[in-house]
This record gives sequence, C-alpha cells and structure tokens, in this order.
Amino acid sequence: MLDLLTPFFRRLYDETGWNFVIFYEQYEWDRFVAAIWVSLELIVASLFFSLVVGIVGAWLQGSPIRAVRLFMSGYIQFFRNTPPYVQLLFFFFVLGNFTPKVDMGGYYEPMITSFGWAVISLSFFAGAFNVEIFRAGIEAVPESTREAAESLGYSRLMAYVYVILPLAFRVCLPSLNNNLVNLLKTTTQAYAIAVPEMLYTLNQVWSDNVNVPEMMIVLFVYYVGLVAVLVWGMHRWERKMKIPGYG
Amino acid sequence: MLKRTLLGALATAVALGFTFAATQADAANERFKQVLERGKLVVGVKADYKPWGFRDPSGKLVGMEIDMAQDVADALGVELELVPVQSSNRMQFLEQGKIDLMIATMSDKANRRKVVGVPQPNYYTSGTNLLAKTGAVKAWTELEGKPVCGKQGAFYNKVVAKRYGAKIVAFVGNAEAKQALRDGKCIGWVYDDSSIMADLASGDWEGFEMPLNTEDDTPWALAVPLEEHGGIWGNFMSGMTYNWHASGRLIELEKKWGIQPTQYLANMHERMKAYEAQ
Repeated sequence: MLDLLTPFFRRLYDETGWNFVIFYEQYEWDRFVAAIWVSLELIVASLFFSLVVGIVGAWLQGSPIRAVRLFMSGYIQFFRNTPPYVQLLFFFFVLGNFTPKVDMGGYYEPMITSFGWAVISLSFFAGAFNVEIFRAGIEAVPESTREAAESLGYSRLMAYVYVILPLAFRVCLPSLNNNLVNLLKTTTQAYAIAVPEMLYTLNQVWSDNVNVPEMMIVLFVYYVGLVAVLVWGMHRWERKMKIPGYG
Repeated sequence: MLKRTLLGALATAVALGFTFAATQADAANERFKQVLERGKLVVGVKADYKPWGFRDPSGKLVGMEIDMAQDVADALGVELELVPVQSSNRMQFLEQGKIDLMIATMSDKANRRKVVGVPQPNYYTSGTNLLAKTGAVKAWTELEGKPVCGKQGAFYNKVVAKRYGAKIVAFVGNAEAKQALRDGKCIGWVYDDSSIMADLASGDWEGFEMPLNTEDDTPWALAVPLEEHGGIWGNFMSGMTYNWHASGRLIELEKKWGIQPTQYLANMHERMKAYEAQ
C-alpha cells in the first residue's frame, strides 16, 4: 500500500512543500495505520456499549422498584452534568489507582488499560444520553399497546424486548443518530489519557515533522469520512424501520 | 597637480576610514565601558528554574547561574544587579539594553545567534534523560517494550521510541505525565535532563532518580549584546567561561547546587585543564 503512495507524496513534498509524511515514510505510516485501528476499535466499542447502557438503562428506569429508578437518575445526572474530558481524566487518574494491577518491576500493568478506561468512560457518558433518548421512544409507545402486551401474558421484560423496544426504536433513531455521531467525535478526547488514537498520533506526527496544516487536513478528512459512514448506516436503518402509513 | 589631488583624496579617505573604524570599535565596546563607568553589572537570570535561578525563602535570587553572574561582577570589580527574565523575553531584554549579560538556561540555537552574541565555549548542556524509581532502570536498552511516560509534542518521544523500542505514553502536560509516573503507569518519564534535575532538587521526588546517560545534548549559551560579540565584552565572557571550565569552578557550582554531575562539564574540565598544564 505504502509503495503505491510513496512516489506521489514524496514528489508532492519535494515540489510543493506539502508534507504528508505519513504517506511516504515507513515509521510514520505504521503509526498512522495503528492509529486507524485503535480509533476504529475505540469507536465501535464505545458505540456498542453506549447502546447497551442505553437499552438496559431505559428498562431499569421504568422499574417498579423506587431504588432502581433513583439509581438510574443519579447515574444520568452524574454523567450528563460533567464534561467527558473531565470524566476521562477522573476515571484514569483516580479510579485507575483503585483497580487491581500487576507489578512488572518498576511499573504496573493495570487490569484496565487507558483504552479500557476510555471505552468505559465514553460508553457511560453517551449511555446516559441514550437512556433519555430511549425513554422518549418508550413514552411514545401508546399505553394501550403496553396493556395489550400485558393482557397477552407478556412479562415486563418480555414486553420490553418484543413489543415496546422495537416500536420505540423507530421513534428514537433520529436523536440516537445525533448522539452517536457526537460520541464518535468525542472519542478523540481519549488522547488526554494517552490512548494512541488518530488525534493523539497525528499530534505527535505534526510535532515531529512541523507539518501541522497537512496533518490537520488528514484529521478532518478522516473524521468527516467516518461520520459519513455512520450517518449513512443509520439512515439506512431508519428507512428499513419505516412503517408505511405510520411515518 | 593631479598627483597631489589624488594623494590628498587618498589621505582623506584613509583618515575617514580610520575615524569610521574608531567609531565602530567605540560602539562595539560601549556597553562594556558603561558597565565600568556606572560600577554595576546588570545580569538577566531565571527566577523560576531551580536550581539554576530561583528565589530563596527570603525572596532573594539565588542559584548556579546567579553565582556565575557574581563571578563576572567580581572579575570586573563592579557591583551586581540581577534582573529576572523569562524564556520568552530574555533575548529582547538584552537587545533593548535592559541587561548587559544574560545567563538564563538558554539553549544555543543557530537562529538565536542571529539575535544575540554567544561567546564560546558553552557553559552547560542538557539533553534527553529519564526520571524513574530508584533501581528500576539501568540502561536505555532496558526500555524496550515498556511503557515510558512523556509529554505530547516533545521531539524525544519519537527518538526514544525508534532507538530503544520504548512504548511512549504521552500526556497533554507534564503534570499528568508525572502523575502517571507516580502512579506506576509507566517505568519512567522521558524529558529534558536539566528539568528532571530541577525536579529531583526540589525534594518532591524522594525515591526517584535520573539513572541514565543523557543523550542528544544541546549546549546552553550565555549571551552578550550582538554588537559586543566581537568586542571586549564578548571576548571577556569567552575568557570567563574558559576559566570556569579550566578551574573546575562550574563542577564545583554543580555540586553546590545539588545538580547531578554532567559528562559535558567533566569533559570540558579535563580538556581545558590539560591545556593549562602544558
């Protein structure tokens, strides 16, 4: 791959001074490719777990037990009212010291790595919003539908999984779409706890090669592309769930 | 007639030339003369870079570079006045005549020599080193595959990663990187050795050390105004620095201020001392 790109980008640098070093130097290229993988893993993991948190959280929120409902609202308040950047630092530097770790002689190999903390923190952060998004969808499901499910002998969980959630999903997809796009972009803040994702890596590249504008362009194109793919997928999903005559 | 005119013109030209040369030499040594006339030497030093230049509990400026400034004043037989400067304004202070001499932890870089005069030899060097728990690291090669904390954007991150295969874990600021080191998230913190020494000297790093040989040394420069560089003042400071090296004074000051001995000063002393003996 690099062999194909090298001649063009080296010439571009020699002739115009535009230094896309990641496309013609092996070391920088390797860093760039590694960053693509780390950022994709981080995005996929955070999106997935934030959806899990959202779905489970919305169910717990409708629990008949008061303590569970209180716990959920506490969780939402905590994560919605603090900046994700601060949460990342808090998780990594404060909670990170209380988790088990293995002494490696001079340093400790933690059970939860900085990547792990980033996934946990970002999932809970976006999850808090997802809970509220799903609640909006659930509340849009008519009471009569819920009662119909109950009268058919569905338990609360069964009704949630088979009747309410599928209907609710349709309603909340547009705002869910918004929140997931936001989450995707927020993953760049993991650079604060040294997760070698795209922003972290390109920041180091432009410091080493003094080519800030070029790497900024790469960063922009990269995230515009990722968000475009995510939005395209979400829109397809939205169209698939369309019920003719029901909107 | 023609010959006389020509000779006259030549004589005038020569005379003019001399006058011109004289005024230039005067201009070149003006600051030096001023120092002697007013009986006071004004030196720009750091006030926030322990132990090179900092304030003691009474608020007085002290440190290795302040001692060097005192040496210069003593050699000239004048009083010393210290002016605290910052990295961002130190060269401007010198250019604008607010100080006569600058000894303020400045790295010697080609583009800086265009702005200020840098008498040789250099009085110190700093490079890349590691802050680590005592006994944790003994050689650069031991860093292979191990997490090493750093600051995002520092050029030695890449150097250490490429040369020794260390896994650089870089944070936004030094505070975070150092906290990560304290928490044991990495085996060491890679940074400028002079800054690490300053940390060690501050007493906040009990149980830590700087165990490796410094790499990629960059020399430090004291500076005189650019126009004085070739004149008495620049040459005088070259002589001062030579003697500091030859007499072992810098090594003595290093010891006095609790700075880890640097190879550079030992080498320079060895070289200059050898010449002196011949």
